[in-house]
This record gives sequence, structure tokens and C-alpha cells, in this order.
Amino acid sequence: MDLTWSGDEDAFRAEARAWLNVHLAEWRAEHGGEPASGDTRDGFAQHLEWERRLFADGWAAVSWPEQHGGRDATLWEWLIFEEEYYRAGAPPRVTQNGIFLLAPSIYEFGSPEQQAGILRRMAAAEDLWCQGWSEPNAGSDLASVTSRARRVDGGWVLDGQKTWTTRGAFCTHLFGLFRSDPASVRHKGLSYLLVPLDTPGVTVRGFGRLDGDEGFAEVFFDEAFLADDAVAGGVVLGEPEQGWAVAMATAGSERGLTLRSPGRFLATAERLIALANERGDTGLQRRAATAWMHADAYQQHTLATVTKLAAGAKPGAEASLTKLWWSELDVELHRVALDLLGPDAEVEGPWSKGWQFALSGPIYAGTNEIQRNIAAERVLGLPR
Amino acid sequence: MRFALSDDQVAFRDAVRELLDKEATPAVVRAAWTAPEGELDRGVWDSLDAMGVLTVLVPEAEGGLGLDETFLVPILEEAGRVALPHPIVETAMVAAPLLGAGVGMVASDLGGPIVPCAADADQLLLRWGHTLAVVDRDAVAIAPVATVDAGRRAGRLTHDGTGTPLSDDPAVVERALDRGALGTAAMLVGLGQAMLDLTVNYASERQQFGQPIGSFQAVKHHLADAALALEFARPAVWRAAWSVAHDVPTRARDVSMAKAMASDAAEVVGRQALQCHGAIGYTVEADLHLYLKRTWALARTWGDVAHHTDRVAAALGAAL
Repeated sequence: MDLTWSGDEDAFRAEARAWLNVHLAEWRAEHGGEPASGDTRDGFAQHLEWERRLFADGWAAVSWPEQHGGRDATLWEWLIFEEEYYRAGAPPRVTQNGIFLLAPSIYEFGSPEQQAGILRRMAAAEDLWCQGWSEPNAGSDLASVTSRARRVDGGWVLDGQKTWTTRGAFCTHLFGLFRSDPASVRHKGLSYLLVPLDTPGVTVRGFGRLDGDEGFAEVFFDEAFLADDAVAGGVVLGEPEQGWAVAMATAGSERGLTLRSPGRFLATAERLIALANERGDTGLQRRAATAWMHADAYQQHTLATVTKLAAGAKPGAEASLTKLWWSELDVELHRVALDLLGPDAEVEGPWSKGWQFALSGPIYAGTNEIQRNIAAERVLGLPR
Repeated sequence: MRFALSDDQVAFRDAVRELLDKEATPAVVRAAWTAPEGELDRGVWDSLDAMGVLTVLVPEAEGGLGLDETFLVPILEEAGRVALPHPIVETAMVAAPLLGAGVGMVASDLGGPIVPCAADADQLLLRWGHTLAVVDRDAVAIAPVATVDAGRRAGRLTHDGTGTPLSDDPAVVERALDRGALGTAAMLVGLGQAMLDLTVNYASERQQFGQPIGSFQAVKHHLADAALALEFARPAVWRAAWSVAHDVPTRARDVSMAKAMASDAAEVVGRQALQCHGAIGYTVEADLHLYLKRTWALARTWGDVAHHTDRVAAALGAAL
């Protein structure tokens, strides 16, 4: 074991911290101190300005190769950047579903042409990607999707409906699962398609999440013709009919490390401790300390996970345990904060907003009930 | 940064595991429940001693292995996994760095007023005020205590303060308490692992409604919760091992976090393990109770969850 950072890693941290402090202050000042929520139309535009600042200086996707807009950072440096990012109070990444969910699958399954055509524009926040998996009748039971892709000369014809598409109303592209073999059932016969949302026949309707922001959308496909060259390098990620395998790789990123690194929870835990200390003898200090420990344990667990990944291991079913931990952790952190705030908890603010968002954690990325099934069957080996 | 055991640490741990699987069977633990005072069988203890386990933390020049807590903690997890009745935390983790090699079996009141293996030990490591002292067993009156886990072989001690003082330095006492809490946290992780493994096996075999009960979601979710608690307590314990080995400024906070989380995790696992075993778990015939009762005891010795959580809160700046 060696739980110290190297001189290079310390230098990387210092560079990230300095950059974030300067540029966050500038960006905030441009928007009158506090920009609007990234899940509203105006706020999203403000957040895109932030994303483009990140890209301009190579911070949008630090672990990517330089040619795709990153800075070839190691996994360790990525982790350090995330810590510094959230410690500095930087905003949620409105590009996250592209950079942290789709991109790992583009690296794993995409052709060189797709990688060249998609990744850099994604990092630059020129193309904005949203996820088109869930349907009105396919949530936890994702393999029951019925949206169809019919093969025609030069492309695909899409029909059906996707929903719960985060920031779909503000994005430019969708990555989705479509049934391309009409005779298929369940996991077979699905294709993973990349779809520009301005394709004729595609309609997007935004609607309010629990907190009222227009963070959700439903996406309708009505005889929409998706040309093979609508996305550089081709619109199918992986092979046609092999979409389930690609989707499961994306889900691994969603549940595991990349989407929800410890940095954001550590930052919330530090804010919680500050709130608890400021409120004095509330009788809640012990609960605040417990929540803080759970956040710190996530950090320690992640250091162990990254040690394995850095040695070449592939993320496995353990990602289900990780997802259970961070999602329940987020609820716990905010719950204690609301109790500390007492009657003030109902006032609109970062804690009440964060509380509502935290409650989505046990639902999205595969409900925690599904995660418990996966953990029991594939980590513990219980019978199916 | 490298958060993993080294090849040497894994090899050492696995060798200890193999030994314990052979020599610290449930039958050996059960024998400890009934052996007369002062007559705890030392077969497995002597084997551990021969492997060097008891002197991991003693410098090589003094006849030990000269290794640190990151070696010993994974071994103590293994000791927990078999519910080893002998006072291995007191001896190998707490006394060895203070007393050196060749001190035999050591019992101590540092973990609390109920002293495990009090009458079986060769020496006693006792505290009064800021004084730590080695006291001859015969200089102390030992009143046996009937505990829920009779494998604790516990006693209450009365002594007159005579003995060989080791130190009057509060920092030495603090360090000894931190080592004890860390070692006990490791034992609790091992106990949790043992109960989880037992229950996964049982739930995979036991049939009701024509199928293994482990195929039912209600049972799966209990065991997933148990696995979750353990999965995230273990890194906290390993990190604390590093913090003690390197005496980092956050040592006390890290040890307390480890003990609080390991105590919680083992109790969560124990509760789910008992529930998923059903009535067979609620007997002294099934082995589960050996681990369950040890868990209840260890979760509240060397400081309970409240004590250690308060210590973390204080380290984070709370005015308590």
C-alpha cells in the first residue's frame, strides 16, 4: 500500500485548483454571481459557456487523448481533477451523459472514424448527447424496449418513443437502443444507434422533473429516416443487433466510477460538516459525522477500485454495489442537512434542490432494486 | 498511490487463512466455550506463533518480523473469520509493539472492563490513569464473567496497582487504544465475511416452495445490503492500518472511522444472516451463533459506534 500522491500528482492538483478558482470566478461574474440551473433552458446555455471554457484549456475530459480534446491524464489524475472540481464548487457537468456515459463506449466499440468524428466535438460541447434508453413501458426491464429501427437503403427508419431523457430538450444528439430485428425478443436484436435530434420525424418534448426544472424529455420517432452518414463514421455503435452488449458497457460506466466520482460527495460532505458545526449543539453532529464517514469510505473504496483498473482489470458487477453506495450516500447527506436546517429546509436553495436530485439516484442508472439483484446474483453468486 | 495489498501481504494472509481453516475450526471455537478457566487449548495459538503472526509488529532486531499494521490487519480479518477465541488483538496488535517478542499470551483491560481470556493469558497489560503496566496474572484477582459469547472466556480484574510500569505517557495509551480499535475493526470485518459466506451457502442450498431461498428477491436484497456494508467498511479499515503504520496526523480519526464502520457493518451482516437462516440460525447447533455473538461483543469493546463517531465528529471540528 502507498496512500500518498506523487510530486507530479500534487502538481497536477495545484494546477487544476488554480485554473478552477480563476475561471469559475470569471464565469460566475459574467452571470451575475450565480448562474441558473443547468436543467433550465437559460441555465443550460450559461453552462455551455462553462463547458467551452473547460474545453479551451483541456479540462473538459482530462483522461482523453489530446487529439480528442483531453490531456492524457491518468485515472488517478482524473480522480484528483474531480475532487478539485467539486471542492471548488464548480457546476454539474451538463455534458456528462456524453463525456462520462457514451464516450467510454465509443472508445471501446467505436470505429476510428467514429472516434475522430464524435469525441472532440463532444468534449467541445458542440454536439450535446442525451441518453435514449427508457421507454414508457421499458424502465427497469430495459430489454423490453419496443422502439424500432427498420433497415432501408442508405439508413434506418425509426419509430417509437423514449422517455426520462435527461436534458433531452437542450441536446443535439441521442444515443439509444432500438429493436432492429422485428422478430427478436429481449436482449437479442437490439442496435445501439446514434441519432441527431434534428432528424425529420424526431420530436422532443421537455417536461419538469421533481424539482420543476425542465430536465426531462420524451423523444418521439415517427418514420424518422436516419441516414447511415448522419453521424461521422456511421450511426451504429458496435455491430447491428449487438446493442445490448454495448449498452451494458455504458451501464457499467453509469453505475460505476465515471459518472459519479467520490469528489462530488466529498464536497457535499464537507459542506454538511460546515453546516453542522455552524449550527452548534443540535444533537445531529453524530449523524453528520456518520454521513461524512460514508462519503470518505466511498473515496477509499474508489482508490482500491482505481488501483485494480490501473493494473488492467475490467470493471465488473461490483459496479452495482458502488451504485447502491453513492446513491444512498447522497440521500443520507442531504437528509441530515435538511434536519439540520429544520424549518428552513423547505426554502428553495442548494440543500433543498440537492435533496430532490439525490432522490433520483436510487432510481436512475438502474433502480437500486435491480442493483441489489445484480449484486446478489453476480457478486455473491446466489441462484437466479 | 496504490490501495491494495502487496503480493507478500496476500501470500502471508493466505498462509494464515489456510492454517486457521485447519486448526481453528468451529469445533475448536466450541471447545473454548467449555474449557476450564486457564485451560484454553493453545494448539492453533502455538501454530500462529510459529508462523510469526504474534510478532509481526516487533522489529527484526528484537526477534520479530519487523512488518507493519498493513500486514497484520488482513491477518486479523482471518482471525475474525474463524472467530478465534484467543486474544490475538491484545497480544499481536497492542502488546507486541510495547513488550517485544516472547511475551506469550497477553490479556488486557484496555478494550474495556470485561477482559477476554483473562485467566488463560501469561501476562496482563493493564492501565490505570495514564499508566500502562505489565502485571503478573497471579497478582490479580480474576472473577469470571458469564458472557453471551462464552468463547470470550471473560473475567473482571481487581488489582492493587503493583506491576511493571511501561509508560506514563498519555500518547502511548492513546496509541495502544488506537491499535486495539484497529485490530478489533479488522476482526469485525472478518466476522462479517464469515457470516455472509455462511448465509450465501445456506440460502443457495435451503429449498422452500421448490427452489433455493436465495433465488427470492427478499432474501437477495438482505444479502446485497450485507455485502454492501462490508464492501465499504473494509477499505476504511485498511486505510486506518496505513494511518497507524505511518502515524499520520489523521490517525485517530481514521481508526475511529474504521471501528465505527466495521462495527456497523458486522452487525448489519449478522442481522441479515440470522434472518436468512431462519429458525436454524436461532439455535446453538448451527455455527452462525459463534460469529454472531462475537460480533455483538466486539462491536462494543475498544469503543462502541457512538464513542468512535463522536471522535470523528470532534476531529471534523464539532463542539461536543
